[in-house]
Amino acid sequence: MSLEDDLYKEIILENYRSKKNRRKIEGATLHAEGANPSCGDDLELFLSIEDGVVADASYDGVGCSICCASANLLCESLHGRSTADAQRILGQFKGMLLDELEPEFEDEISDLEAMQGVKHYPVRIKCALLPWNTLEGLLDGVQ
Amino acid sequence: MNHSTLHTASYDASSLELDVSALRAQFPILKRSMRGKRFSYLDNGATSLKPEAVIAAESRYYSELSANIHRGVYEFSEQATVEYDRARENVARFIGADRNGSVIFTKGTTESVNVVAYGWARKYLGPGDEIVTTELEHHANLVPWQEACKATGARLRFIPVNPDGSLQLDGLEAVIGERTKLVAITAMSNVTGYMPDLKRVIELAHARGARVLVDGAQYVSHHPVNVSTLGCDFLVFSGHKMCGPTGIGVLYGKNDVLEAMDPLIYGGDMVSKVKRDEASYKPVPDKFEGGTPNIAGAIALGAAIDFLSEVGMQRIVEHERVLLEYLAERASRVDELVSYGPEDLSARGGIFSFNYGDVHPHDAGALLDQEGVAVRTGFHCAQPLMKVFGVTGTVRASLYLYNTTDDIDALIDGLARIKDVFG
Repeated sequence: MSLEDDLYKEIILENYRSKKNRRKIEGATLHAEGANPSCGDDLELFLSIEDGVVADASYDGVGCSICCASANLLCESLHGRSTADAQRILGQFKGMLLDELEPEFEDEISDLEAMQGVKHYPVRIKCALLPWNTLEGLLDGVQ
Repeated sequence: MNHSTLHTASYDASSLELDVSALRAQFPILKRSMRGKRFSYLDNGATSLKPEAVIAAESRYYSELSANIHRGVYEFSEQATVEYDRARENVARFIGADRNGSVIFTKGTTESVNVVAYGWARKYLGPGDEIVTTELEHHANLVPWQEACKATGARLRFIPVNPDGSLQLDGLEAVIGERTKLVAITAMSNVTGYMPDLKRVIELAHARGARVLVDGAQYVSHHPVNVSTLGCDFLVFSGHKMCGPTGIGVLYGKNDVLEAMDPLIYGGDMVSKVKRDEASYKPVPDKFEGGTPNIAGAIALGAAIDFLSEVGMQRIVEHERVLLEYLAERASRVDELVSYGPEDLSARGGIFSFNYGDVHPHDAGALLDQEGVAVRTGFHCAQPLMKVFGVTGTVRASLYLYNTTDDIDALIDGLARIKDVFG
Protein backbone atom coordinates (compact mmCIF):
# COMPACT_ATOMS: atom_id res chain seq x y z
CA MET A 1 0.00 0.00 0.00
CA SER A 2 1.37 3.40 -0.89
CA LEU A 3 0.73 6.63 0.93
CA GLU A 4 -1.51 7.68 -1.94
CA ASP A 5 -3.69 4.55 -1.47
CA ASP A 6 -3.89 4.87 2.30
CA LEU A 7 -3.85 8.51 3.05
CA TYR A 8 -4.07 10.73 0.03
CA LYS A 9 -6.92 8.96 -1.72
CA GLU A 10 -9.32 10.89 -3.86
CA ILE A 11 -12.15 10.97 -1.35
CA ILE A 12 -9.87 12.55 1.26
CA LEU A 13 -8.45 15.08 -1.18
CA GLU A 14 -11.99 16.01 -2.26
CA ASN A 15 -13.03 16.63 1.31
CA TYR A 16 -9.82 18.59 1.92
CA ARG A 17 -10.50 20.85 -1.07
CA SER A 18 -14.20 21.26 -0.36
CA LYS A 19 -15.09 24.73 0.87
CA LYS A 20 -18.72 23.83 1.63
CA ASN A 21 -18.32 23.54 5.39
CA ARG A 22 -15.25 25.72 5.70
CA ARG A 23 -16.83 28.84 7.17
CA LYS A 24 -17.79 30.39 10.44
CA ILE A 25 -21.40 30.23 11.67
CA GLU A 26 -22.51 33.51 13.18
CA GLY A 27 -24.40 32.89 16.39
CA ALA A 28 -23.54 29.20 16.53
CA THR A 29 -25.00 27.32 19.50
CA LEU A 30 -21.69 25.63 20.15
CA HIS A 31 -18.23 26.79 19.23
CA ALA A 32 -14.79 25.58 20.28
CA GLU A 33 -11.18 25.77 19.18
CA GLY A 34 -8.83 22.84 18.90
CA ALA A 35 -5.10 22.78 18.22
CA ASN A 36 -2.28 20.32 17.74
CA PRO A 37 0.63 22.37 19.04
CA SER A 38 3.33 20.18 17.51
CA CYS A 39 2.22 20.51 13.88
CA GLY A 40 0.36 23.79 13.91
CA ASP A 41 -3.12 22.48 13.13
CA ASP A 42 -5.55 25.01 14.57
CA LEU A 43 -9.29 24.66 14.00
CA GLU A 44 -12.55 26.16 15.11
CA LEU A 45 -15.68 24.04 15.08
CA PHE A 46 -19.19 25.52 14.92
CA LEU A 47 -22.50 23.75 15.56
CA SER A 48 -26.01 25.16 15.32
CA ILE A 49 -28.39 23.06 17.37
CA GLU A 50 -32.16 23.39 16.97
CA ASP A 51 -34.44 21.24 19.12
CA GLY A 52 -31.60 18.88 19.92
CA VAL A 53 -30.72 18.41 16.25
CA VAL A 54 -27.60 19.65 14.41
CA ALA A 55 -29.04 22.15 11.92
CA ASP A 56 -25.65 23.25 10.66
CA ALA A 57 -22.01 22.34 11.26
CA SER A 58 -18.87 24.04 9.99
CA TYR A 59 -15.18 24.49 10.63
CA ASP A 60 -12.54 27.11 9.96
CA GLY A 61 -8.83 27.45 10.48
CA VAL A 62 -5.61 25.90 9.26
CA GLY A 63 -4.61 22.30 9.11
CA CYS A 64 -3.06 19.65 6.93
CA SER A 65 -5.12 17.78 4.35
CA ILE A 66 -5.90 14.94 6.75
CA CYS A 67 -7.09 17.30 9.47
CA CYS A 68 -9.23 19.42 7.12
CA ALA A 69 -10.67 16.41 5.29
CA SER A 70 -11.60 14.89 8.63
CA ALA A 71 -13.23 18.16 9.71
CA ASN A 72 -15.23 18.37 6.50
CA LEU A 73 -16.39 14.77 6.83
CA LEU A 74 -17.35 15.46 10.43
CA CYS A 75 -19.52 18.41 9.41
CA GLU A 76 -21.12 16.41 6.57
CA SER A 77 -21.91 13.49 8.85
CA LEU A 78 -23.55 15.60 11.56
CA HIS A 79 -26.08 17.53 9.48
CA GLY A 80 -29.59 16.67 10.69
CA ARG A 81 -28.35 14.39 13.46
CA SER A 82 -29.40 14.48 17.10
CA THR A 83 -26.67 15.18 19.63
CA ALA A 84 -27.04 11.58 20.79
CA ASP A 85 -26.39 10.45 17.21
CA ALA A 86 -23.39 12.77 17.02
CA GLN A 87 -22.07 11.19 20.20
CA ARG A 88 -22.45 7.71 18.68
CA ILE A 89 -20.72 8.68 15.40
CA LEU A 90 -17.93 10.26 17.38
CA GLY A 91 -17.47 7.06 19.37
CA GLN A 92 -17.37 4.97 16.19
CA PHE A 93 -14.89 7.27 14.50
CA LYS A 94 -12.49 7.32 17.44
CA GLY A 95 -12.89 3.56 17.87
CA MET A 96 -11.97 3.07 14.20
CA LEU A 97 -8.70 4.97 14.57
CA LEU A 98 -7.71 4.25 18.16
CA ASP A 99 -9.06 0.80 18.97
CA GLU A 100 -8.95 -0.78 15.51
CA LEU A 101 -12.73 -1.35 15.67
CA GLU A 102 -14.44 -2.11 12.39
CA PRO A 103 -16.67 0.93 11.75
CA GLU A 104 -20.39 0.48 11.14
CA PHE A 105 -21.34 3.82 9.70
CA GLU A 106 -24.69 4.06 7.94
CA ASP A 107 -24.58 4.36 4.15
CA GLU A 108 -25.12 8.14 4.10
CA ILE A 109 -21.99 8.71 6.14
CA SER A 110 -19.89 5.77 5.00
CA ASP A 111 -17.38 8.24 3.50
CA LEU A 112 -16.02 8.45 7.03
CA GLU A 113 -14.47 5.04 6.45
CA ALA A 114 -12.08 6.70 4.02
CA MET A 115 -10.19 7.92 7.08
CA GLN A 116 -9.51 4.37 8.22
CA GLY A 117 -6.15 4.23 6.39
CA VAL A 118 -4.84 6.96 8.66
CA LYS A 119 -4.41 4.42 11.44
CA HIS A 120 -1.38 3.02 9.58
CA TYR A 121 0.36 6.37 10.08
CA PRO A 122 0.55 6.95 13.84
CA VAL A 123 1.72 10.57 13.62
CA ARG A 124 -1.27 11.44 11.43
CA ILE A 125 -3.91 9.99 13.76
CA LYS A 126 -3.86 13.16 15.82
CA CYS A 127 -4.44 15.17 12.63
CA ALA A 128 -7.55 13.13 11.81
CA LEU A 129 -8.77 13.23 15.41
CA LEU A 130 -8.36 16.95 16.08
CA PRO A 131 -11.84 17.95 14.82
CA TRP A 132 -13.42 14.98 16.59
CA ASN A 133 -11.67 15.68 19.88
CA THR A 134 -12.91 19.26 19.54
CA LEU A 135 -16.43 17.92 18.94
CA GLU A 136 -16.09 15.71 22.01
CA GLY A 137 -15.38 18.77 24.14
CA LEU A 138 -18.45 20.52 22.69
CA LEU A 139 -20.79 17.58 23.26
CA ASP A 140 -19.51 17.05 26.80
CA GLY A 141 -20.65 20.61 27.45
CA VAL A 142 -24.15 19.77 26.26
CA GLN A 143 -24.69 16.89 28.65
CA MET B 1 26.02 34.35 -8.99
CA ASN B 2 25.96 32.47 -12.27
CA HIS B 3 23.42 29.72 -11.91
CA SER B 4 24.45 27.70 -14.91
CA THR B 5 27.97 27.18 -13.63
CA LEU B 6 26.56 26.37 -10.20
CA HIS B 7 24.46 23.63 -11.61
CA THR B 8 27.10 21.91 -13.66
CA ALA B 9 30.62 20.91 -12.75
CA SER B 10 31.01 22.86 -9.55
CA TYR B 11 28.87 20.58 -7.44
CA ASP B 12 30.00 17.09 -8.19
CA ALA B 13 31.00 15.20 -5.07
CA SER B 14 34.67 15.91 -5.66
CA SER B 15 34.14 19.64 -5.13
CA LEU B 16 32.89 19.03 -1.61
CA GLU B 17 35.23 19.92 1.17
CA LEU B 18 34.94 16.59 2.97
CA ASP B 19 35.56 12.99 1.96
CA VAL B 20 31.91 12.27 2.57
CA SER B 21 31.88 8.59 1.73
CA ALA B 22 34.56 7.86 4.34
CA LEU B 23 32.62 9.93 6.88
CA ARG B 24 29.30 8.33 6.03
CA ALA B 25 30.80 4.88 6.61
CA GLN B 26 31.26 5.87 10.26
CA PHE B 27 27.53 6.43 10.80
CA PRO B 28 25.82 3.04 11.22
CA ILE B 29 22.31 4.39 10.60
CA LEU B 30 23.27 5.57 7.12
CA LYS B 31 23.41 1.90 6.10
CA ARG B 32 19.64 1.72 6.65
CA SER B 33 17.07 2.58 4.05
CA MET B 34 13.85 4.41 4.88
CA ARG B 35 10.53 3.46 3.27
CA GLY B 36 12.64 1.26 1.00
CA LYS B 37 14.57 4.24 -0.37
CA ARG B 38 18.03 5.68 0.22
CA PHE B 39 17.90 7.43 3.60
CA SER B 40 18.32 11.17 3.03
CA TYR B 41 18.62 12.70 6.47
CA LEU B 42 17.91 16.42 6.31
CA ASP B 43 16.67 16.95 9.86
CA ASN B 44 19.96 17.83 11.51
CA GLY B 45 18.46 20.92 13.09
CA ALA B 46 16.36 18.59 15.23
CA THR B 47 19.13 16.15 16.04
CA SER B 48 22.23 14.76 14.38
CA LEU B 49 23.10 11.18 13.55
CA LYS B 50 25.72 9.47 15.71
CA PRO B 51 29.06 8.08 14.56
CA GLU B 52 30.30 4.68 15.72
CA ALA B 53 32.92 6.30 17.98
CA VAL B 54 30.23 8.08 20.01
CA ILE B 55 27.99 5.02 20.28
CA ALA B 56 31.02 2.99 21.37
CA ALA B 57 32.06 5.56 23.99
CA GLU B 58 28.60 5.57 25.55
CA SER B 59 28.45 1.78 25.51
CA ARG B 60 31.98 1.38 26.82
CA TYR B 61 31.19 3.38 29.95
CA TYR B 62 28.44 0.91 30.82
CA SER B 63 30.36 -2.22 29.89
CA GLU B 64 33.73 -1.28 31.35
CA LEU B 65 33.23 1.31 34.11
CA SER B 66 29.60 1.72 35.13
CA ALA B 67 30.73 3.36 38.37
CA ASN B 68 29.49 6.62 39.86
CA ILE B 69 31.85 9.58 39.95
CA HIS B 70 33.28 11.74 42.72
CA ARG B 71 32.71 9.26 45.54
CA GLY B 72 34.05 5.78 44.91
CA VAL B 73 37.49 4.95 46.21
CA TYR B 74 37.93 2.07 43.82
CA GLU B 75 39.61 1.94 40.45
CA PHE B 76 36.58 2.00 38.18
CA SER B 77 35.04 4.95 39.99
CA GLU B 78 38.30 6.87 39.87
CA GLN B 79 38.55 6.16 36.17
CA ALA B 80 34.94 7.25 35.55
CA THR B 81 35.65 10.50 37.39
CA VAL B 82 38.77 11.10 35.33
CA GLU B 83 36.88 10.49 32.09
CA TYR B 84 33.96 12.71 33.13
CA ASP B 85 36.35 15.54 34.02
CA ARG B 86 38.25 15.00 30.78
CA ALA B 87 35.01 15.38 28.84
CA ARG B 88 34.46 18.72 30.57
CA GLU B 89 37.96 19.88 29.61
CA ASN B 90 37.33 18.69 26.08
CA VAL B 91 34.19 20.81 25.82
CA ALA B 92 36.00 23.82 27.30
CA ARG B 93 38.79 23.49 24.74
CA PHE B 94 36.28 23.04 21.90
CA ILE B 95 34.53 26.33 22.67
CA GLY B 96 37.70 28.21 23.54
CA ALA B 97 36.87 28.72 27.21
CA ASP B 98 39.74 30.10 29.27
CA ARG B 99 40.17 29.95 33.04
CA ASN B 100 37.69 32.80 33.51
CA GLY B 101 34.84 30.55 32.45
CA SER B 102 33.44 27.12 33.31
CA VAL B 103 31.57 24.33 31.60
CA ILE B 104 28.54 22.90 33.40
CA PHE B 105 26.87 19.74 32.16
CA THR B 106 23.09 19.88 31.86
CA LYS B 107 20.64 17.70 30.02
CA GLY B 108 20.45 20.07 27.08
CA THR B 109 20.04 23.61 25.84
CA THR B 110 16.63 24.06 27.42
CA GLU B 111 17.87 23.11 30.88
CA SER B 112 20.92 25.33 30.43
CA VAL B 113 18.70 28.35 29.73
CA ASN B 114 16.56 27.51 32.74
CA VAL B 115 19.59 27.28 35.04
CA VAL B 116 20.32 30.91 34.16
CA ALA B 117 16.67 31.98 34.24
CA TYR B 118 16.18 30.56 37.74
CA GLY B 119 19.63 30.91 39.26
CA TRP B 120 20.48 34.35 37.95
CA ALA B 121 17.49 36.21 36.46
CA ARG B 122 15.06 35.40 39.27
CA LYS B 123 17.69 36.23 41.87
CA TYR B 124 18.89 39.55 40.52
CA LEU B 125 16.13 41.09 38.36
CA GLY B 126 13.22 43.20 39.54
CA PRO B 127 10.69 45.77 38.36
CA GLY B 128 12.29 48.33 36.06
CA ASP B 129 14.81 45.83 34.69
CA GLU B 130 14.62 44.53 31.15
CA ILE B 131 15.51 41.31 29.39
CA VAL B 132 16.06 41.70 25.67
CA THR B 133 15.59 38.81 23.29
CA THR B 134 14.66 38.56 19.60
CA GLU B 135 11.71 37.50 17.47
CA LEU B 136 13.91 34.77 16.02
CA GLU B 137 14.22 32.66 19.09
CA HIS B 138 13.40 29.03 19.63
CA HIS B 139 10.84 28.73 22.41
CA ALA B 140 13.64 27.38 24.65
CA ASN B 141 15.22 30.84 24.62
CA LEU B 142 11.93 32.67 25.02
CA VAL B 143 9.56 30.95 27.41
CA PRO B 144 12.03 30.78 30.37
CA TRP B 145 12.46 34.57 30.06
CA GLN B 146 8.71 35.16 29.87
CA GLU B 147 8.37 33.28 33.15
CA ALA B 148 11.36 35.01 34.73
CA CYS B 149 9.79 38.36 33.85
CA LYS B 150 6.45 37.30 35.34
CA ALA B 151 8.17 36.26 38.54
CA THR B 152 10.38 39.35 38.95
CA GLY B 153 8.36 42.17 37.39
CA ALA B 154 11.09 42.70 34.79
CA ARG B 155 10.04 43.57 31.24
CA LEU B 156 10.70 41.45 28.15
CA ARG B 157 11.72 43.37 25.03
CA PHE B 158 12.44 42.22 21.50
CA ILE B 159 14.90 42.99 18.77
CA PRO B 160 12.47 42.87 15.83
CA VAL B 161 13.05 40.94 12.62
CA ASN B 162 12.83 42.11 9.03
CA PRO B 163 10.40 40.40 6.63
CA ASP B 164 13.27 38.21 5.38
CA GLY B 165 13.97 36.90 8.88
CA SER B 166 17.12 38.91 9.56
CA LEU B 167 17.34 41.05 12.69
CA GLN B 168 16.74 44.80 12.62
CA LEU B 169 20.06 45.75 14.15
CA ASP B 170 19.83 49.40 13.09
CA GLY B 171 17.53 50.23 15.95
CA LEU B 172 19.54 48.19 18.43
CA GLU B 173 20.40 51.19 20.65
CA ALA B 174 16.71 51.81 21.18
CA VAL B 175 16.13 48.29 22.46
CA ILE B 176 19.27 47.59 24.49
CA GLY B 177 19.43 50.40 27.03
CA GLU B 178 20.41 51.27 30.58
CA ARG B 179 17.63 49.09 32.00
CA THR B 180 18.74 46.03 30.04
CA LYS B 181 20.20 43.43 32.37
CA LEU B 182 20.33 40.50 29.97
CA VAL B 183 20.35 39.95 26.23
CA ALA B 184 19.36 36.41 25.24
CA ILE B 185 20.00 35.79 21.55
CA THR B 186 20.48 32.90 19.18
CA ALA B 187 23.72 32.46 17.25
CA MET B 188 21.78 30.82 14.42
CA SER B 189 18.06 30.65 13.72
CA ASN B 190 16.74 27.11 13.75
CA VAL B 191 14.22 28.11 11.07
CA THR B 192 16.31 29.93 8.45
CA GLY B 193 19.93 29.39 9.52
CA TYR B 194 20.33 33.19 9.77
CA MET B 195 23.30 34.15 11.93
CA PRO B 196 23.03 37.58 13.53
CA ASP B 197 26.04 39.82 14.10
CA LEU B 198 26.64 38.70 17.68
CA LYS B 199 29.75 40.80 18.16
CA ARG B 200 27.76 43.97 17.64
CA VAL B 201 25.03 42.87 20.06
CA ILE B 202 27.48 41.75 22.72
CA GLU B 203 29.54 44.95 22.53
CA LEU B 204 26.48 47.14 22.95
CA ALA B 205 25.04 44.98 25.72
CA HIS B 206 28.30 45.08 27.65
CA ALA B 207 28.57 48.81 27.16
CA ARG B 208 25.15 49.05 28.81
CA GLY B 209 26.24 46.77 31.64
CA ALA B 210 24.07 43.85 30.54
CA ARG B 211 24.96 40.16 30.46
CA VAL B 212 24.62 38.20 27.22
CA LEU B 213 23.38 34.62 26.83
CA VAL B 214 23.99 33.06 23.42
CA ASP B 215 21.82 30.14 22.32
CA GLY B 216 24.29 28.02 20.39
CA ALA B 217 22.05 24.99 19.88
CA GLN B 218 22.19 25.31 16.08
CA TYR B 219 25.54 27.06 15.75
CA VAL B 220 28.04 25.21 17.91
CA SER B 221 27.62 21.91 16.09
CA HIS B 222 28.47 23.48 12.73
CA HIS B 223 31.00 26.26 13.35
CA PRO B 224 34.25 26.96 15.17
CA VAL B 225 33.47 28.79 18.42
CA ASN B 226 35.63 30.80 20.75
CA VAL B 227 33.78 32.18 23.74
CA SER B 228 36.81 34.09 24.94
CA THR B 229 36.99 36.23 21.81
CA LEU B 230 33.20 36.31 21.36
CA GLY B 231 32.90 37.61 24.91
CA CYS B 232 29.43 36.26 25.75
CA ASP B 233 28.64 35.67 29.42
CA PHE B 234 26.78 32.44 28.76
CA LEU B 235 26.73 29.96 25.90
CA VAL B 236 24.19 27.13 25.87
CA PHE B 237 24.03 24.12 23.56
CA SER B 238 23.05 20.46 23.29
CA GLY B 239 25.17 17.37 22.72
CA HIS B 240 22.72 15.51 20.52
CA LYS B 241 22.83 18.06 17.70
CA MET B 242 26.64 17.69 17.46
CA CYS B 243 26.96 13.92 16.96
CA GLY B 244 26.67 13.33 20.72
CA PRO B 245 23.98 11.49 22.66
CA THR B 246 20.67 12.86 23.88
CA GLY B 247 20.34 13.95 27.48
CA ILE B 248 23.62 15.87 27.70
CA GLY B 249 24.10 19.58 27.14
CA VAL B 250 26.29 22.44 28.18
CA LEU B 251 26.02 25.70 30.03
CA TYR B 252 29.19 27.71 29.64
CA GLY B 253 29.38 30.76 31.87
CA LYS B 254 31.89 33.29 33.05
CA ASN B 255 33.00 32.38 36.56
CA ASP B 256 32.12 35.69 38.21
CA VAL B 257 28.47 35.37 37.22
CA LEU B 258 28.30 31.62 37.83
CA GLU B 259 29.66 32.11 41.34
CA ALA B 260 26.98 34.70 42.08
CA MET B 261 24.19 32.40 40.85
CA ASP B 262 22.06 29.95 42.80
CA PRO B 263 21.84 26.35 41.66
CA LEU B 264 18.63 25.10 40.05
CA ILE B 265 18.95 21.60 41.48
CA TYR B 266 19.80 20.96 45.13
CA GLY B 267 20.82 17.62 46.63
CA GLY B 268 23.74 15.24 46.77
CA ASP B 269 27.12 15.76 45.12
CA MET B 270 26.74 19.55 44.93
CA VAL B 271 27.16 20.21 48.66
CA SER B 272 30.35 20.81 50.59
CA LYS B 273 28.89 20.62 54.13
CA VAL B 274 25.40 19.70 55.29
CA LYS B 275 24.01 20.42 58.76
CA ARG B 276 20.49 19.66 59.98
CA ASP B 277 19.08 23.04 58.94
CA GLU B 278 21.42 24.34 56.26
CA ALA B 279 24.08 23.41 53.79
CA SER B 280 26.94 25.01 51.94
CA TYR B 281 27.74 24.29 48.35
CA LYS B 282 30.70 23.24 46.30
CA PRO B 283 32.34 25.76 43.99
CA VAL B 284 31.53 26.12 40.29
CA PRO B 285 30.91 23.91 38.34
CA ASP B 286 29.96 21.23 40.91
CA LYS B 287 27.29 23.30 42.65
CA PHE B 288 25.22 23.21 39.45
CA GLU B 289 25.42 19.43 39.03
CA GLY B 290 23.38 18.04 41.90
CA GLY B 291 22.66 14.31 41.78
CA THR B 292 24.34 11.70 39.62
CA PRO B 293 24.93 13.37 36.27
CA ASN B 294 24.69 11.81 32.81
CA ILE B 295 28.17 10.31 33.04
CA ALA B 296 27.92 8.14 29.93
CA GLY B 297 26.46 11.08 28.00
CA ALA B 298 29.26 13.43 29.03
CA ILE B 299 31.93 10.89 28.08
CA ALA B 300 30.22 10.25 24.74
CA LEU B 301 29.93 14.01 24.13
CA GLY B 302 33.69 14.15 24.64
CA ALA B 303 34.02 11.48 21.95
CA ALA B 304 31.73 13.50 19.65
CA ILE B 305 33.97 16.51 20.10
CA ASP B 306 37.03 14.42 19.27
CA PHE B 307 35.24 13.24 16.13
CA LEU B 308 34.22 16.77 15.05
CA SER B 309 37.66 18.18 15.82
CA GLU B 310 39.26 15.53 13.66
CA VAL B 311 36.95 16.39 10.76
CA GLY B 312 37.60 20.09 11.37
CA MET B 313 34.89 22.64 12.11
CA GLN B 314 35.98 25.06 9.40
CA ARG B 315 35.78 22.25 6.84
CA ILE B 316 32.28 21.45 8.04
CA VAL B 317 31.34 25.12 7.49
CA GLU B 318 32.67 25.02 3.93
CA HIS B 319 31.05 21.68 3.15
CA GLU B 320 27.65 22.93 4.29
CA ARG B 321 28.12 26.20 2.41
CA VAL B 322 28.56 24.32 -0.88
CA LEU B 323 25.51 22.17 -0.13
CA LEU B 324 23.34 25.14 0.89
CA GLU B 325 24.21 26.98 -2.33
CA TYR B 326 23.39 23.86 -4.33
CA LEU B 327 20.08 23.47 -2.49
CA ALA B 328 19.15 27.14 -2.94
CA GLU B 329 20.01 26.94 -6.62
CA ARG B 330 17.96 23.81 -7.27
CA ALA B 331 15.08 25.21 -5.22
CA SER B 332 15.12 28.45 -7.23
CA ARG B 333 14.13 26.40 -10.31
CA VAL B 334 10.97 25.08 -8.67
CA ASP B 335 8.20 27.58 -9.41
CA GLU B 336 5.86 26.51 -6.62
CA LEU B 337 8.54 26.71 -3.95
CA VAL B 338 8.68 29.69 -1.58
CA SER B 339 11.69 29.86 0.74
CA TYR B 340 12.23 31.88 3.89
CA GLY B 341 15.31 33.63 5.23
CA PRO B 342 17.82 36.21 4.02
CA GLU B 343 18.82 35.86 0.36
CA ASP B 344 22.45 36.42 1.30
CA LEU B 345 23.48 32.83 1.99
CA SER B 346 26.75 33.93 3.58
CA ALA B 347 24.71 35.15 6.56
CA ARG B 348 23.17 31.70 6.96
CA GLY B 349 24.15 28.28 8.22
CA GLY B 350 23.00 25.08 6.56
CA ILE B 351 19.25 25.42 7.02
CA PHE B 352 16.63 25.86 4.28
CA SER B 353 12.98 26.46 5.13
CA PHE B 354 10.31 26.48 2.46
CA ASN B 355 6.76 25.78 1.49
CA TYR B 356 5.51 24.12 -1.68
CA GLY B 357 2.56 26.06 -3.07
CA ASP B 358 -0.23 26.06 -0.52
CA VAL B 359 0.43 22.47 0.49
CA HIS B 360 0.48 22.15 4.27
CA PRO B 361 4.05 21.39 5.46
CA HIS B 362 2.83 18.24 7.20
CA ASP B 363 1.51 16.85 3.92
CA ALA B 364 4.71 17.81 2.10
CA GLY B 365 6.83 16.13 4.78
CA ALA B 366 4.72 12.96 4.70
CA LEU B 367 5.20 12.62 0.94
CA LEU B 368 8.94 13.34 1.16
CA ASP B 369 9.15 10.61 3.79
CA GLN B 370 7.88 8.20 1.13
CA GLU B 371 10.95 9.12 -0.90
CA GLY B 372 13.29 8.36 2.01
CA VAL B 373 13.76 12.04 2.80
CA ALA B 374 13.63 13.10 6.45
CA VAL B 375 12.70 16.75 6.97
CA ARG B 376 11.11 18.66 9.80
CA THR B 377 7.72 20.26 9.31
CA GLY B 378 5.69 22.64 11.43
CA PHE B 379 6.54 25.85 13.23
CA HIS B 380 9.89 24.63 14.58
CA CYS B 381 9.26 25.86 18.14
CA ALA B 382 9.45 29.40 16.77
CA GLN B 383 5.87 30.65 16.58
CA PRO B 384 6.72 34.37 16.76
CA LEU B 385 8.93 34.03 13.67
CA MET B 386 6.20 32.10 11.80
CA LYS B 387 3.91 35.06 12.47
CA VAL B 388 6.46 37.38 10.86
CA PHE B 389 6.58 35.15 7.77
CA GLY B 390 2.77 34.97 7.80
CA VAL B 391 2.73 31.17 7.72
CA THR B 392 1.63 28.49 10.14
CA GLY B 393 4.65 26.35 9.38
CA THR B 394 7.37 25.44 6.93
CA VAL B 395 9.24 22.43 5.63
CA ARG B 396 12.81 22.60 6.91
CA ALA B 397 15.84 20.86 5.44
CA SER B 398 18.92 21.14 7.65
CA LEU B 399 22.38 19.94 6.65
CA TYR B 400 25.38 18.35 8.27
CA LEU B 401 28.78 16.94 7.48
CA TYR B 402 27.53 13.61 6.09
CA ASN B 403 25.05 15.12 3.63
CA THR B 404 25.71 15.06 -0.09
CA THR B 405 24.14 16.50 -3.20
CA ASP B 406 22.31 13.14 -3.49
CA ASP B 407 20.31 14.07 -0.37
CA ILE B 408 19.38 17.41 -1.89
CA ASP B 409 18.48 15.83 -5.22
CA ALA B 410 16.21 13.39 -3.37
CA LEU B 411 14.52 16.34 -1.65
CA ILE B 412 13.98 18.43 -4.77
CA ASP B 413 13.05 15.45 -6.95
CA GLY B 414 10.69 14.32 -4.18
CA LEU B 415 8.70 17.52 -4.60
CA ALA B 416 7.31 16.01 -7.82
CA ARG B 417 5.37 13.53 -5.72
CA ILE B 418 3.75 16.41 -3.85
CA LYS B 419 2.78 17.92 -7.18
CA ASP B 420 1.25 14.60 -8.28
CA VAL B 421 -1.02 14.45 -5.24
CA PHE B 422 -1.86 18.09 -4.64
CA GLY B 423 -1.45 19.47 -8.14
